[in-house]
Amino acid sequence: MTMFNRRQALVVGAGAAAMAAFGASTGTAFAANDSEEQIKKFTGGKTAAQGRIKLDLPEIAENGNTVPMTVTVESPMTEQSYVASVLILADGNPRAGVATFHFSPASGVAEANTRIRLASTQNIVAVAKMNDGSFFTASKQVKVTIGGCGG
Amino acid sequence: MISRRDFVQLAAATAALVPAGWSRAFAQQRLTQNELLDFPSLGNVTLVHVADIHGQLLPLLFREPSINIGVGEAKGLVPHVTGRALLDLYKIPPGSTAAYALTSEDFSALAKSYGRIGGLDRIATVLKSIRSERGDRVAFLDGGDTWQNSYTSLQSKGQDMVDCMALLKPDAMTGHWEFTLGTERVKELVGKLGFPFLAQNIRDTEWNEPAFKPMTMIERGGVKIAVIGQAFPYTPIANPRWMMPDWSFGIREEDLAASVEKARRDGAGLVVLLSHNGFDVDRKLATRVRGIDVILTAHTHDALPDVVKVGKTLLVASGSHGKFVSRLDLDVRDGEVKAFRFKLIPVFADAIAPDAEMAAKIKAVRAPHEAMLKETVGRTDTLLYRRGNFNGTLDDLICEAIVAERDAEIALSPGFRWGNSLLPGQEITREDIYNATAITYPATYRVTMSGARLKEVLEDVADNLFNPDPYYQQGGDMVRVGGVSYTIDIANPMGNRISDLTLRATGKPLEAGRDYTVAGWASVAEGAEGPPIWDVVMNHIGKQGVVAPRESSHVRVVGG
Repeated sequence: MTMFNRRQALVVGAGAAAMAAFGASTGTAFAANDSEEQIKKFTGGKTAAQGRIKLDLPEIAENGNTVPMTVTVESPMTEQSYVASVLILADGNPRAGVATFHFSPASGVAEANTRIRLASTQNIVAVAKMNDGSFFTASKQVKVTIGGCGG
Repeated sequence: MISRRDFVQLAAATAALVPAGWSRAFAQQRLTQNELLDFPSLGNVTLVHVADIHGQLLPLLFREPSINIGVGEAKGLVPHVTGRALLDLYKIPPGSTAAYALTSEDFSALAKSYGRIGGLDRIATVLKSIRSERGDRVAFLDGGDTWQNSYTSLQSKGQDMVDCMALLKPDAMTGHWEFTLGTERVKELVGKLGFPFLAQNIRDTEWNEPAFKPMTMIERGGVKIAVIGQAFPYTPIANPRWMMPDWSFGIREEDLAASVEKARRDGAGLVVLLSHNGFDVDRKLATRVRGIDVILTAHTHDALPDVVKVGKTLLVASGSHGKFVSRLDLDVRDGEVKAFRFKLIPVFADAIAPDAEMAAKIKAVRAPHEAMLKETVGRTDTLLYRRGNFNGTLDDLICEAIVAERDAEIALSPGFRWGNSLLPGQEITREDIYNATAITYPATYRVTMSGARLKEVLEDVADNLFNPDPYYQQGGDMVRVGGVSYTIDIANPMGNRISDLTLRATGKPLEAGRDYTVAGWASVAEGAEGPPIWDVVMNHIGKQGVVAPRESSHVRVVGG
């Protein structure tokens, strides 16, 4: 970028590590809750593969108290191949659990929507259990801002 | 570009030496309207675009940013190239008219030579000229942020802008600050516009149904053109949600893709996105939503002298405050853009003749307020400007006013990108202050806030600006601070960018657990109380008489 910034960077770079009036992160939650245990319980310790799941969530929530979410899992939804259930977790809420949706071939499509409450910026994780015992997962970060200065 | 080399060299050599009046006459003589409008026409469609006028009916001075840092994939790319680097990139001679219009380099000196830019009456002249030449090939599109942020637009609730823009007969518009007029007023104005207000990305919160027309189909030069509107996706987050409680925004990529497909099915030969996403968001969007021929960008106020091509999509950035009119000629055949030619036309107010009809209209809407707006409240001995990622002298002055008038330890001022610049020695009028502060939620609040909370606020806004994924950015600049200094490491993740917060009065580090008196304005929370910010700033300047804020160094930037 501009010379101004480079020069500033050089001057400040050396001293930057020294001061720390504050601790580390305050903005983002780093899976402080039981989300990992819940996933292990849901999958029985099996590894969930990436893919097949679409999580429709805003990048930035307009209102953290009611964030619209739609989860869709690709599947023919036949007796031979269908989505059995989908676990939804919020890795930064005091309690990770959001919902578990159950499906059958009669569902036609594996899609569900709801509104969720998010305490702060965090990842929403979906894990889908297929009828053959395999698992898929996807996640998306949703930012919950204090709000204020666009423009 | 617009300047001839010989003119440029001479102008650069004389700019600082020649008295302003003499030099202005010189600029006027040599930089002609014909030269500015000269454009070898091409093809069967001409798109004309303006955006981010922010209520400015008159020509003004506006210094472009010297610091506009790009992160993630946008790092080092336009529009995140400023000053001398931008001149080098586009081979623009320093000291030229283009250098003055597009960068902050030598701004004060060049402003004396080249004068004010913009004015809706000059824009009218440009538009009429293009229309007379290109006839039914022309589509004129307004990218929004048109109806707010001047005194008369605030006082008339957007009516002055609506009435003046009506004379330009836009084919469509979209919006952002428009929504801060509140749901009812927006509906009222949109209902009487006579052209569509487009926003494919706004739904009503109750039934999730489209709140605005998503798209319009117009025929120009024998080509069916689909114009899809995209309002600023984060309006209810960056601005007060309580003013638009029934509307939900967002980027809504999949809905947009569906609109593009529908447009093609309906026979569109050209698909245009009239966007208020911001440039980096649009650049990412162009890689993810196929089939958009042109994105007319807005929101981030970038002025680029050439289009940016992303795959097959052309991105246009038309600047702000009426400084520029973009003209994009397209040869559209078989549902494809076969060729194009572009010019970012700088609206030099001394060179382009005002359109008489528009000038009369502007005079009429301003007449009841003209005398008050021209009243002087003080003088500045240094350049006052706002644009830049971290601070500007105008916001430093506003923060100083807040600290003094509201008896606070710390001041916060929003990172808005609009407001005019003032040259050293210039009188400060009431209008100048309104141009930097006129919003519908102006209360200058005063609260106590812990050091930890203040850090959270700064971290939050920093991530809105520097999240490496543009879809998580909101497009303003960093919140301005008074009374504190800090270091920001842009490359760090959210929550870890701000350090070294220091109370400047004592030189001591801010304590996480201590409460501080913090005053600011433009709170998005409902019920904020306090005097309007323009009164606070005018009172302060009135007491000082002469102000002279210097370039401050209380924000240290690392990792840019």
